Order: sequence, then C-alpha cells, then structure tokens
Amino acid sequence: MRAVLTVIGQDKVGIVAGVSATLAELNFNIVDMSQTIMQQNFTMMLMCEMPQNKVDFEQVRARLNELGSRLGVQIRIQREEIFDAMHKI
Amino acid sequence: METSQILETIRMIDEENLDIRTITMGISLLDCIDPDIERACDKIYQKITTKAAHLVEVAAAIEAEYGVPIIHKRIAVTPISIIGAATSATDYLPFAQALDRAAKKVGVNFIGGFSALVQKGYQKGDEILIHSIPKALSQTEFVCGSVNVGSSKSGINMDAVRDMGEVVKAAAALSPLAPAKLVVFANAVEDNPFMAGAFHGVGEADVVINVGVSGPGVVKRALEKVKGQPFDVVAETIKKTAFKITRVGQLVGHIAAERLDVPFGIVDLSLAPTPKVGDSVARILEEIGLETVGTHGTTAALAMLNDAVKKGGVMACNQVGGLSGAFIPVSEDEGMIAAATSGALNLEKLEAMTAVCSVGLDMIAIPGDTPATTIAAMIADEAAIGMINNKTTAVRVIPAVGAKVGDSVEFGGLLGRSPVMPVNTASSAALIARGGHIPAPIHSFKN
Repeated sequence: MRAVLTVIGQDKVGIVAGVSATLAELNFNIVDMSQTIMQQNFTMMLMCEMPQNKVDFEQVRARLNELGSRLGVQIRIQREEIFDAMHKI
Repeated sequence: METSQILETIRMIDEENLDIRTITMGISLLDCIDPDIERACDKIYQKITTKAAHLVEVAAAIEAEYGVPIIHKRIAVTPISIIGAATSATDYLPFAQALDRAAKKVGVNFIGGFSALVQKGYQKGDEILIHSIPKALSQTEFVCGSVNVGSSKSGINMDAVRDMGEVVKAAAALSPLAPAKLVVFANAVEDNPFMAGAFHGVGEADVVINVGVSGPGVVKRALEKVKGQPFDVVAETIKKTAFKITRVGQLVGHIAAERLDVPFGIVDLSLAPTPKVGDSVARILEEIGLETVGTHGTTAALAMLNDAVKKGGVMACNQVGGLSGAFIPVSEDEGMIAAATSGALNLEKLEAMTAVCSVGLDMIAIPGDTPATTIAAMIADEAAIGMINNKTTAVRVIPAVGAKVGDSVEFGGLLGRSPVMPVNTASSAALIARGGHIPAPIHSFKN
C-alpha cells in the first residue's frame, strides 16, 4: 500500500531530517521524493510504501500532525489512489 | 506522479471545499412488511441497524486514509407508505420513530424515506402517510420525508398537490425545521443520495451504496482562470473540473461499497453548496458574468453550468444517477442568501432557474401567513415544469411562522439561513380547490 506524504510550510533547518526519521520509526519506506520552494513555501512530496495492509491511519495522522506542529509545517498523508483517480484516465 | 497534480488535489480539498457530500446507503424494507405495526417497526430497526452497522466507521476510515472529507452519512429506505399499507394503523408516526431510533443507533446524519409516490392516485398507505408527515417530521430528529405528486408519464395528482400545501403549513406550525425535512417532488428519482428527498426505490437492490459529490468552490476557482473568454471555453473548463470531482466520488463509493460488502449504485454528480464562503453555486454564476445571481442571464448561465457538470461527470463514473446537476437551495448557499437579501433574486426567477437545473424551489423561507393554497399552487407550478420538461423538480419551502418579508430565518448547520422572500399575494385558491388530475402530456406516450 502506497501513500503520498506532502509537507508544506516555512523552510527551516531539520524538516527533511524530522520527517524521514518519523517515517523510519513507522517503518514506512520512502520510494520517491521531491522537494522545492513554491511561492516562498517549502514543499516536499514523498511517496512511501507502508509495511503491511493494515495501517492505523488515525494514529499515523496524529503522529504526523504532532511532528508538523513541532516543525511549523503542514504534513498530510493520503493514499495514492485518490491522486490516480483524479488525474489518470 | 506529477507534483503539480498532487498539489492541485490538495488545494481542491483544502482551499476550495471539495468534499464527498454524502455516502448514502439505500436499504429495502420490503422484507419488513408485517400486518402488525409494532412487529414491522422492530423488523425495520433490526434491518437498518444490521445493514448500516459499519457505515459511519467505514466512511471515517476512508476519510482518514484518502484525506477527503465525507460530510454526511445517510440512509434511504423504501417509501414507508408501501410498508405501512399492510398494517391496520391509521397513523405512521411509529414508523418514523423506529427510523429515528435506527438512525441514532448507527450514527448517521439523516434517514430518508418517510415517503409516498402518489403521482397517479392514493393507495391506502399513501393517504395515511401524508397525514402523518407533520407529526412524524416534528417529533423526530433525523427522519426526512418526500412525496412525489407528479411525473411526465402520469401527469399531476392535484388532490395530492392540495393536500401537500396543507401538510407543509401544518408541519411548519408544529416545528420550524420540519418543512426543511420535507420535499414535494415531480419525477422523483429512486436512487437520489441527497436529502431531504432520498428514498430507496422498489426497483433497487436490497442494499446499495450511492454517493453524492460536491465542489462548487473548485468550479468557481477554475473559472477565475478563464475570465472574459467565450462560453465554449467556460463549458470546457467546467467539464474538466466536474470530471475530476466526480472521479473522487467514484473512488470513494467504490471503496465504501467494497468494504461494506454491498453493491455500488450510482454517483450523483451534483454541485451542492453549503452556507460557507467559497462553497456557493451562486458565486459560480456570478463568475460567469452576472453582477448578482437573479439578474437577467441567470437562467442561461445556470443551464450551461448544469449541462457541463453532467457532461464532465458522466465519463468519470460507471453509473450516474440521482439528481446530477447544480443545486440552487437559497438558505444553503452564501451567494443565494446575499442575492435574496438584496432583492436581486426573487421567487419568479428561482422558478425559471428550476426549469434548467436539476432541482426545484429549494430551502426558501416564505411568510408564515402564506395560504396553504398558495403553497399548493407553487407545488403545481414546479410539478408542471418537471412534467413538461422530463426532469425532476421539487418544492421545499419553509413557511416562517410569525415572520414577515425581509426577516431572516436561521436553520443552523448545513441548512443555513434565509431571508423571508415575498410571495405573490393574489389567490390561487379556486385553482387548487378543483382537485382531480392533470393528464400526462402528449409527449409522454412513447410506446
């Protein structure tokens, strides 16, 4: 099962480190990654592979929200299919 | 995966209010029919709480995993007039209470189907149901009702039209919110996931999942990028946007149906507004070029919008159904509220708009002293528009007891607020007193 993780906010030291450390703790494998500054916003996107089919999204979300507020950025996680549905025919 | 596409999806959800308006589970109650009303109510409660036990939980999980808000979880059941007819009861309030208890138990926002289909005449259960509506909707919290009084195939039941004028008034007298949970239809559809008019048609499967999408804000934002360009460009932009919105509905419905292990019915490709800023159909029409919705040109803009939404959405999903188009409820749309308050939008213009969009006179507050015959005449006009144009039309007006034109009425939540709109004061009483049946139009004989 794959999910897209997006991180948007003010650029500062430690965002990539913080996010990737948390993903490692969750045992999420990063399979693709891109990072850019868009309209003065730090914007990072990660495609990650989740360990098994049963992931407690509520828990993962809570964890990422907590990390986001610590880093001063917004972190979202969404399963890949929603993007495929909308943009691929 | 393109970065820009990911960001586009996130922007639609975060800034433009893209959401799944409702996941509605349709449940047939035909196997709950029993001559004893108490036993019938027990069976209904059992069936609903069993079939829909996991509906809310599954919707919450989908919301968390895919990051798309699912605003309402609802249930639609077989029209209760059919279930009630088998009993000897003379009041169907116990059915409404059983539905209400079941809705509360499973945690849904609404349950629809306190309904009757009387376009060609009354059976025993229809008459009892109609007379039970005021009490049923004022003494329950979640139950919604609807009555279909006309169709292109059968004409208009003018006795029912007369009775429904009375019922709307009686409901308003018992509870200010009751009329907001009551829709009088012509050409009602059997798979509509939207309230208050949802019911589960007898031709449907035992249990089915239908989905209603929404996203006026997304369309508005897309149109901001094509300012001043010809209508062809506008229509194309709406189509593309509607396609994307609907694809999300198709995905969510598919997953929900799979997890609940019931067949996936339809996606209703509607633009359903909320009172929130940035979630308004009226503002789309204004973006197309109207100073205020309600002015000349509104009907043309709405006709194009409604058609383009359908064209964009049809290819995005397996089965399209419900009402599918643009909704124009006054109290539930921030732009409509503003236009009605300023006087730019009146009932006559709204009636014209209902000829080209997917619904009818919806969520409109009228003076509390409006005669029942005038309300019945509004219903007759809408039913006639639906009958002749082969489309669904409906009336959901709210007589605001004690309020006069210009007062503002608050309904709360998604139902919003509405200024009390002026109604033509000349009498229609003699027209309504005739009763009987308006025959089906000549173009209905297609066999």
